[in-house]
Formats: sequence, C-alpha cells, structure tokens
Amino acid sequence: MWQRLTEEAPQFFGYYNLVFLAEAAFATFALSAVGCVLGFLLGFVIAVVRRTLAWELVPLRSLAFLFTEFFRRVPFLVTLMLVFFIFQALGANISVFTVALISVVLIATAFIAEIIRAGLESVHRNQWDAAAAMNFSLWQTIWYVAMPQAWKIVIPPAFSFFILFIKDTALASQIGVLELTYAAKVLNNKGFSAVLVFGSVLVLYFALSYPLTRLGMWMETRLATRGHR
Amino acid sequence: MGYSVNFGQLIEYLPYLLGGAWFSLQIAFLAFCGGMVIGLAGAIAKTFGGPVIARLTHLYVVFVTNTPQLVQIYFLYFALPEIDIVMNSYQAVLLGMTINAGAYLTEIQRAGFTSVRQTEMEAAETLGMTLLQRVRYVILPHIARVLFPPLSNHYILMTLGTSMAAIFGVEELTGRAFNVNAETFRSIEVFTVTAGMYVVVTLIASVLLGLAGRSLFRAKMRIV
Repeated sequence: MWQRLTEEAPQFFGYYNLVFLAEAAFATFALSAVGCVLGFLLGFVIAVVRRTLAWELVPLRSLAFLFTEFFRRVPFLVTLMLVFFIFQALGANISVFTVALISVVLIATAFIAEIIRAGLESVHRNQWDAAAAMNFSLWQTIWYVAMPQAWKIVIPPAFSFFILFIKDTALASQIGVLELTYAAKVLNNKGFSAVLVFGSVLVLYFALSYPLTRLGMWMETRLATRGHR
Repeated sequence: MGYSVNFGQLIEYLPYLLGGAWFSLQIAFLAFCGGMVIGLAGAIAKTFGGPVIARLTHLYVVFVTNTPQLVQIYFLYFALPEIDIVMNSYQAVLLGMTINAGAYLTEIQRAGFTSVRQTEMEAAETLGMTLLQRVRYVILPHIARVLFPPLSNHYILMTLGTSMAAIFGVEELTGRAFNVNAETFRSIEVFTVTAGMYVVVTLIASVLLGLAGRSLFRAKMRIV
C-alpha cells in the first residue's frame, strides 16, 4: 500500500486536483455557513413565536411546534430527498446546490429553534413578569432581559450542532452537489487510491470544523467565567 | 405540474417499509451498544489513563467528531480493501457507526465521571461504606441520573444516522424507501411516508426513554 501511495501522491496533489478540492471545500463551507446563519436567524424567530402568549397566534405556534418536531426527527438524507423531489415535481428550475441549501436551512432552523427555546425557558419566570410589569414589549423582553441570560445555555449546544450541519452536508453528494464528498468520489473513480482520496477529504473536513469547535469551546469558557452579573 | 399526489399505490409496500424501520432500530441499537463499550473504555482512559493514553484517546474523539460519518464509512468501505480488509456494506456501516458512536459516547461518559464530586465520595467513606457500596449507592445512581438524558438524546440522533446506510445499499428504512421509489416512481409520497415513519419511531423511542429515565433514574427529562 505504501508503495502505491508514494507513487500516486505527487500526481494526486497536482495543480488541477488541488483546485478541484479547494472548490469542493468552498462549496461545503458555503453550504454550511449559509445554512447555519440562516438557520440561526429563522430558528430564533421560531423560538420567539413559540414564546408568544396571544391566543390569536395559536395556529402559528402549533405550526412552529410541528415544524421543529418534524425536522428534528427526520434524517437529513430523507429531508434532502423530499425537498429534491418536491422541487422536481413543481418544475422549479433551481440548482441542486440550492436544494441542498434549503434542506440544510430547514434542519438547522429546527434544531436551533429547539436550542434557543431551551435557553429562553431557562430564564426564570419572575424575570418575564418583571419585564412585563415594566411594560417591555415582547421583543424588548427577549433582547434585553432573556437573551443576555440565555446565551450561556444556547452557545455550547449551538456550536456542536453547527459542526453537525457541516458534517451533514456530506450527504448532499447524494443529489449531485459538488462538495467535498462528491469530489472524493469523482477522484476515486478516476483511479486514485481510496486511502489517499478519502484520507485527504477527511483531513479537509477536519480543517473546516475543528476551528469552529475551538471557537465554541473558547466562547463557552468565556461565558462560564463571566458568572453572575 | 402534471404531478398528482397518490398515496394509494404505497399501501402494499407499508409492511416492507415497516420491516426496514425495524432493521434501522436494530442497526442503531447494535452500534449504540458497541459505542457504549468503546465509550466506557475511552472515558476510563481519558480520566484515569496516563497523559499519553489520555492524549491519544482525545485525538480519536476530536478527529472522529469533527469529520462526517459518511466519509468515515466510505473510508472503511473503499480504502480498507487496499490493505486487504474487505467488508460487506452492512459490516462497514455497522463498524463506522460504532466507531463514530464510541467517540461521542466517550465524551458523554467522561462528563458523567467528572460529575461525581470528591466531597460525596468522602462523605460515603465517612459513613463507613465499602467500595462496592460506594459504587452501588453513590456513584452509579449519580452517574445514571446525569448520563441518561444525553445518552438517550444520542440514541435518537443515531437512529436518524442509520439512514446513511442506504447509500451503501443496506436495506434499512431509507434503503427500502429508495427501492420502493425505484419501483413506483411515487417519490414525494414514498419519502413523506418514510419521514413520517422516522418521526413515529423516534417519538416512541423518546417517550419510552423519557419515561424510563424519569421513573428509574429520577433524571430530569421532558416527555416529548
């Protein structure tokens, strides 16, 4: 095996392969970055909707509840297929990249909404009552009272789910999105050693997600040491 | 456009899909058990092993948790034959999922270990408890209570993770959904039914685990 690896390595790490892998890594990065950011924003909105009390919003609240429960309990691969075939049936002319992006946003929204909901719930009932007594609006209560206390609960799991979404984008290769896993399959089909191809792709995935893990750990310790204010 | 939803055609395939769901649960259970064993060894190595062993275990955990399970299984399935280790797809998926679960469960169980406070152990010692009694009445109840919720969460995530096996041709729920889709071309319906089955299966698992955790270990868990 070593002989084969040393023979193939110079050719494998040639200019075109490196450009190809870099483009694929960028696609993985773009998918997960946009997915996480949009997912976080939409998840925040859903968590806030689930926090409202007005009876007029009951349908919206139950919809938000069903959305989070559904997408948290369906595998990403199935979500991906469902989104893919629905857009196909609608005759929508969108790229597979967009399909994958929509799927990532859907599951990211569901998971993050649940995390933020748990964070908001961790804030003591009295704090909400006090804010209501001071005539804070819902938005003000969330932004000035609840979230400053909830970040500590929200950040650690949020980062581990961001890592999860980066890893889930590997499944987008199944509908033909040119990201790292798909690139690995293409290079492997070209005849390069699977050890070399999948080994390098594993390292590239690691390089993408490990900094995020460290950032998460750093923020976690920062939030933990700041203590009570 | 020209696509009309029709679930009727799928009724005859329902038992087939349900069998797949049962198979998914089996894969998740086997991988979870294997992962628990690796995780226990890893957690012991990280807490009580010397600096070298702890460091190596940490490397394994960090590398596995930061790379996609799919690519790990690809590696096992396509790269290992180059050093003459040939596995069929089911074995590769099971081994990949076990290794993956092992890394996550190492971290979870290590957190459980460190949650037993030194003062509690000292208190138990002061009461004249033997080592066995300390394990039975102090360490185990404490660890079970702390560990049960994250472990059951991970079990649910693993059940969802088994859908990856479909890519390697293992006929679990998603794999069978691919088969039915190829036979009927009722793509949207097939995957809607499959998604529904995953929801039901994981909901049942969550409720059972939640009830068990609450009644057996006094763990703070939400039912659903």
